[in-house]
Amino acid sequence: MTTETLAGTSELGNGNGLDSNGGVPLRVDGLKVYYHTRRGPVKAVDGVSFQVARGERLGLVGESGSGKSTIALALMRAHKPPARIETGRILLNGRDLLEDNEKTTRFRRLSEVAMVPQGALNSLNPVMRIRDQVVDGLKDHGVRMSKSQFAERVAELLSSVGLPQEAASRFPHELSGGMKQRVSIAIAISMNPSLIIADEPTSALDVVVQKQVVQTLKDVQERIGAAAIMIGHDMGLMAQFASRIGIMYGGRIVEMGDARDILKDPKHPYSKLLISSLPDTRRKRKLLGIPGLPPSLLNPPSGCVFHPRCTEAMDICKRDLPVELELTKGRVGACHLYSADDEGQHTS
Amino acid sequence: MSTQGEARQQEPGRSDSLPLLMADGVSKTYISGTFRKSYTHALDTVTLSVPMEPPSITAIAGESGSGKTTLARTILGLVRPTSGRVLYRGVDISQMDRAAYAQFRREVQVVFQDPFESYNPFYKVDHVLQTPIKRYNLARSRSATRDLVIKALQTVGLRADETLGRYPHQLSGGQRQRVMVARAVMLEPKIIVADEPVSMVDASLRATILETLREMNERLGISILYITHDLTTAYQLAENIIIMYQGRVAEAGGVEEVINSPTHPYTQQLVDSIPHPDPDTQWGTNDESTFTSEIVSAGCNFYDRCPSAMERCRDASPPLYRNDMQRVSRCYLHADHEQFDLNDLREVFSN
Repeated sequence: MTTETLAGTSELGNGNGLDSNGGVPLRVDGLKVYYHTRRGPVKAVDGVSFQVARGERLGLVGESGSGKSTIALALMRAHKPPARIETGRILLNGRDLLEDNEKTTRFRRLSEVAMVPQGALNSLNPVMRIRDQVVDGLKDHGVRMSKSQFAERVAELLSSVGLPQEAASRFPHELSGGMKQRVSIAIAISMNPSLIIADEPTSALDVVVQKQVVQTLKDVQERIGAAAIMIGHDMGLMAQFASRIGIMYGGRIVEMGDARDILKDPKHPYSKLLISSLPDTRRKRKLLGIPGLPPSLLNPPSGCVFHPRCTEAMDICKRDLPVELELTKGRVGACHLYSADDEGQHTS
Repeated sequence: MSTQGEARQQEPGRSDSLPLLMADGVSKTYISGTFRKSYTHALDTVTLSVPMEPPSITAIAGESGSGKTTLARTILGLVRPTSGRVLYRGVDISQMDRAAYAQFRREVQVVFQDPFESYNPFYKVDHVLQTPIKRYNLARSRSATRDLVIKALQTVGLRADETLGRYPHQLSGGQRQRVMVARAVMLEPKIIVADEPVSMVDASLRATILETLREMNERLGISILYITHDLTTAYQLAENIIIMYQGRVAEAGGVEEVINSPTHPYTQQLVDSIPHPDPDTQWGTNDESTFTSEIVSAGCNFYDRCPSAMERCRDASPPLYRNDMQRVSRCYLHADHEQFDLNDLREVFSN
């Protein structure tokens, strides 16, 4: 990746330089996003805080309705009414995304935060050649180069995601789903963003292609040193991609920590049940699902959102919302089992 | 090409009598275009039977375009095979009389992928459960109907008071899918064809539905054909598995054999790509550079993606070789074994 091809991208503070934020490009504080419906607010994201360091890969995993995709939309500021950000801050490279005007938002997309969309969505323009779609993003962000320099940059981007050079002159329908997703990755990294968000990037792709796409994403993310957030429901994919995992339930992060630690030793009852429900190919066993149903976000249960389905629920869980605390080193979670002044204190 | 005589009523070499259901060399070719015709071989000569006893669970797995759903729909009589036949209790389903066809439709049930599309959104859930009762005269009175519905819901672990009287959108995906299983089970079928029943369902509910299917098999003696793209659930649920690739059987046999020591390069690739939720089982590196992009029309359909492609793979498609007691593999790497090609896959299945 040559430096001159990136010239002109830094005028509005391209996030690759470590400035005031000390290597933490993204910090989300107390984010609440509600969908305002006639029947009342649907609390899709209800107080979420986390940060992602440079070069780190965070996986946000949860079932449908857990709020994970709404977080992705909010980070891109692509949420639409009836969704509204109630409170919170999204500091990207030290500056709150939520305070940007429309022009700045548009500029910071792609140059600071880029999105790899869902594999099932056709996010590419069907009547535009791949080359032009890549160049379009660059030009839109004020990159001025000669035609041959653009061609060179496109070639460089395509090869970095493992696509043949011929792909540049193709239309999207001439490419397979996996190739299209690689094009999306190439476009996402074209301005060297400091944060890449991938929302179920491999849904609707076959497993072999899924593996190739996720590994490509990992490769380029490592190469440009961006922070990455992958959003999905597949714990297996998270285990392969993420260095840190946040488990979401009912609009909140119930547990977050090092991917390996969480998978090996989950602490929150929901994480425990979720991880033990995953099928494997080691040995046949009885498959245990989680009893009960996902919560209504319009009318969430009192206290801890998970308490109606929790096998370890106590009285306090029905009354009080558990606060987030450090469970073990580097692991945060919100569960009364682990708060010191509650009745059933656990040590493990 | 496919109506081999060996699959007539009695299979030679098998002790059990007539199979319950048999796909006998079924192929399906879709033709498109008016002047220049193009042929898509969605399904290419598959022979598979489901025995009367014991009740079995067989997974049919593959990527999109592998023909797994076409095979399922052919077995259900929803797709008429271009060649080959589907026999139910020994009778070709396309030539059944009314009574035999009604029995077939009742005894072979289906659970589709998207639990929402199987419902009419304007009717309450009750409707979906009552219709088959009326259709097949399963109950004489209103209260008997209600009892049947409640019993069916209980079988799949649903409570009647939480399910009945609601509209489909008021249920979760997992509940909707279990209601579909309940509807199928109510008819006391011999076989349930489950086409990706959990691919649209959240992880926490997925296990429950698969476990429900397993119980239906163990408790009620229903055989299950489990169509899936997911090898881990196939491993957990099924005893035997058929791996399909572009309409052909690539490898078939016991799940332990096929998934834990795959012998076809395609199966190996699939197994390598499973995203294990285990930090100690990480994916290897991308190995796609080994592929050619040459597509050979005469040869093996996996040639362009195969890391071990050989000269002879270009010229002719390999037959299935029986490279193991409990396995067949469509690959010249196993050409030193006996050819199996047109036989019933059931022969290599355990139980």
